Amino acid sequence: MTDRVRIPLHRDPKARAIAIQLIALSLVVYGAYSLFQTTVGNLVARGIQTGTSFFDEVAPFNIGFSPLLDFKLGESTYIEVFFIGIQNTILVSILGIVAATVLGFIVGVVRLSPNWLASKVALCYIEIFRNVPLLLQIMFWNFAIFLPSLPAPKNSIEIGSFYLNARGLHMPTPIIDNSSGFILWALTLALLTFGLFIFARRAKVRFEETGRRLPVFSINFFAFVFCGFIFYKICGSPLAFDIPELGRFNFKGGGQLPLPLFSLWFALTVYTAAFIAENVRAGIQSVSHGQTEASHALGMSRRDTVRLVVIPQALRVIIPPTISQFLNLTKNSSLAVAVGFEEIVAVWAGISLNQTGQALIIIAMTIAVYECLSLLTSAFLNWYNRRIQLSEL
Amino acid sequence: MIDDLKTFTTLPDRAPPGSEIGLIAWIRQNLFGSAGSSITTLILVFLFLMYLPPFVEWALINANWVGNERSICDANKAGACWAFIGVRMDQILFGLYFGANPDQVWRPVTIFIIFFTLLIPLMIDKTPRKDILGILLLLVFPALFYVLIYGGVFGIPVADTTQWGGFLLTFALAFIGILFALPIGILLALGRRSEMPVIRAICVTYIEFWRGTPLITILFMASVMLPLFFPAGVDFDKVVRAMIGITLFQSAYTAEAVRGGLSAIPKGQYEAAMALGLGYWKRTIFIILPQGLKISIPAIVNTFIALFKDTSLVSIIGLLDLLNMAQTASRSLEWNGYDIEGYLFAGFIFWMFCFGMSRYSQNLERKLDTDRRN
Repeated sequence: MTDRVRIPLHRDPKARAIAIQLIALSLVVYGAYSLFQTTVGNLVARGIQTGTSFFDEVAPFNIGFSPLLDFKLGESTYIEVFFIGIQNTILVSILGIVAATVLGFIVGVVRLSPNWLASKVALCYIEIFRNVPLLLQIMFWNFAIFLPSLPAPKNSIEIGSFYLNARGLHMPTPIIDNSSGFILWALTLALLTFGLFIFARRAKVRFEETGRRLPVFSINFFAFVFCGFIFYKICGSPLAFDIPELGRFNFKGGGQLPLPLFSLWFALTVYTAAFIAENVRAGIQSVSHGQTEASHALGMSRRDTVRLVVIPQALRVIIPPTISQFLNLTKNSSLAVAVGFEEIVAVWAGISLNQTGQALIIIAMTIAVYECLSLLTSAFLNWYNRRIQLSEL
Repeated sequence: MIDDLKTFTTLPDRAPPGSEIGLIAWIRQNLFGSAGSSITTLILVFLFLMYLPPFVEWALINANWVGNERSICDANKAGACWAFIGVRMDQILFGLYFGANPDQVWRPVTIFIIFFTLLIPLMIDKTPRKDILGILLLLVFPALFYVLIYGGVFGIPVADTTQWGGFLLTFALAFIGILFALPIGILLALGRRSEMPVIRAICVTYIEFWRGTPLITILFMASVMLPLFFPAGVDFDKVVRAMIGITLFQSAYTAEAVRGGLSAIPKGQYEAAMALGLGYWKRTIFIILPQGLKISIPAIVNTFIALFKDTSLVSIIGLLDLLNMAQTASRSLEWNGYDIEGYLFAGFIFWMFCFGMSRYSQNLERKLDTDRRN
């Protein structure tokens, strides 16, 4: 038996790996500890009391826009301001995501249209809007275009019961007029949805057995709209609309999107749509032409080819980068601070920080909110990626 | 016998039918290919005729190009007031100090000339000795930038960083960001691909932390909290604080771009290097990084474009970058009310650089793609 050559400890890869990791870990821990020490020392030296006691203090400023949570000047506390900020961030993000997705898909498809002119217009749109800083776009729309060119409330631009003026967009909001009728209506709608769902399942089973297909989507859509309307009337029209009316200086009643929110929403939509359009174009182009030809060869119609062959494969490429665009949009909504829309950065890391001076806690909480949103998004993305990978087997 | 066989000669090709070539055929195929396409074309042409001529008239034909005072622009409201940009050009491009001292404008002008004479050959394929140019750009140029722009040596008057502004500041923030973020990002990317779990965890935490937060909160943090993190007596001015925040932020994005390039390298390269008996650092420096970095250049350029646009956020913490300078100029007493011109000019400069860089990165991507296919 040959005796094994003993590797000296400092050349053993395992021992070295453990040593390196220990050193790295202790450096990080030491760095964090000394950072903490200096910060505490600095805070003490400047006489700053850090703590969460200011949460229950009354916030001495007004928040004009808070659709769900109530804000009362002189009563609401800082912690309520924090939650209103989160609410407004989520609100403008959802508005922006919906609009940017619709616009982005349209522009992305037009970019691939056989019409040369339309395709070039889409190209110009994409290249202009994604290559100019978003902050500049937000300020441009708000300060240079909307604010000076939109009319005063008296001469608002009218579209039905919607009014657009330099203060913002006013619109009717539904209010429940007759609550028992409303509950009845909601119940019948739920029943109707269930029935249509069963119908869709049956139609699918029938399709798999016989190969005959019903236009399930259109039938369900029209049935839902038609029956929903009939039930609405039967239940005694339980909803009323709060229509904005022109008062002496401004509109009263209805819902209002203040101009900063409107500008922010507009700019976020236009900017993000340019990126989504590129994702959509890349996704559709990634489906090889052979797939289209093969499905034509199988005798599938042009519509079925697009619906059942091209779109499912394109979506697999489109969705992951588009979800990261949604996250970008959410983070970019923090630029609202430039036009004064009251989302988390403006209202919490801006006004509240200036009022209380509690920089450490306030910034940490702001960062924590965004970290949570981003972790949720990446968890969803990982789940989605695993799912589409599995279905490929 | 053989002579009897008729030799087969082809007739010359017939020209394609007139309806398939030329301008008219092109128009028919690409603009009026179907009913829907025709309607789209007509609507678009109509919109162009509606909106383009008034815009061109405002921006070019009726515009006030020259002049020193706003009275000229006020007299002709039908056109854009580019005279305003002309008067404030030095300030918008180079900031307050150089705007106020026209005799010093040669300093930023020289620095930009040097920058572009170094950069443009680097972007051309056939340039020899790119390594020397690269080292000049990354190591010598920053020193030169400091000497020329900050001054204080060779009898050049000092331009304090608080007086930096305009496009010069935008450029400085973006350049410093990429300069320091690149080495940090490479190390982070290597760490994230490391086999040691603790190193990997540290790098992942660092990268995901910065990527999860919007830059504006990081800038707020840098401008409000940075002094708290350092021992008493160590303090930076606003510009340096912003640079630190931007570098930390950018290093996470650079790391992800580099990691993409590293993971594109086939496993055989690692195995071959190991079989040759190369240790980790030799393997990384001589085999992995040269290939990985080359593949990740387009992605790095893309993160740089994002950074270049994002530098405009420093205007929120009160720095006078290109955007804020243009806005401040258009809200000054003399030129109040010419916002649109200010925003359009700043936007055009941003657009020019971002568009140019994105075109460059697309070209590079196409070229690298064919390289790998061959």
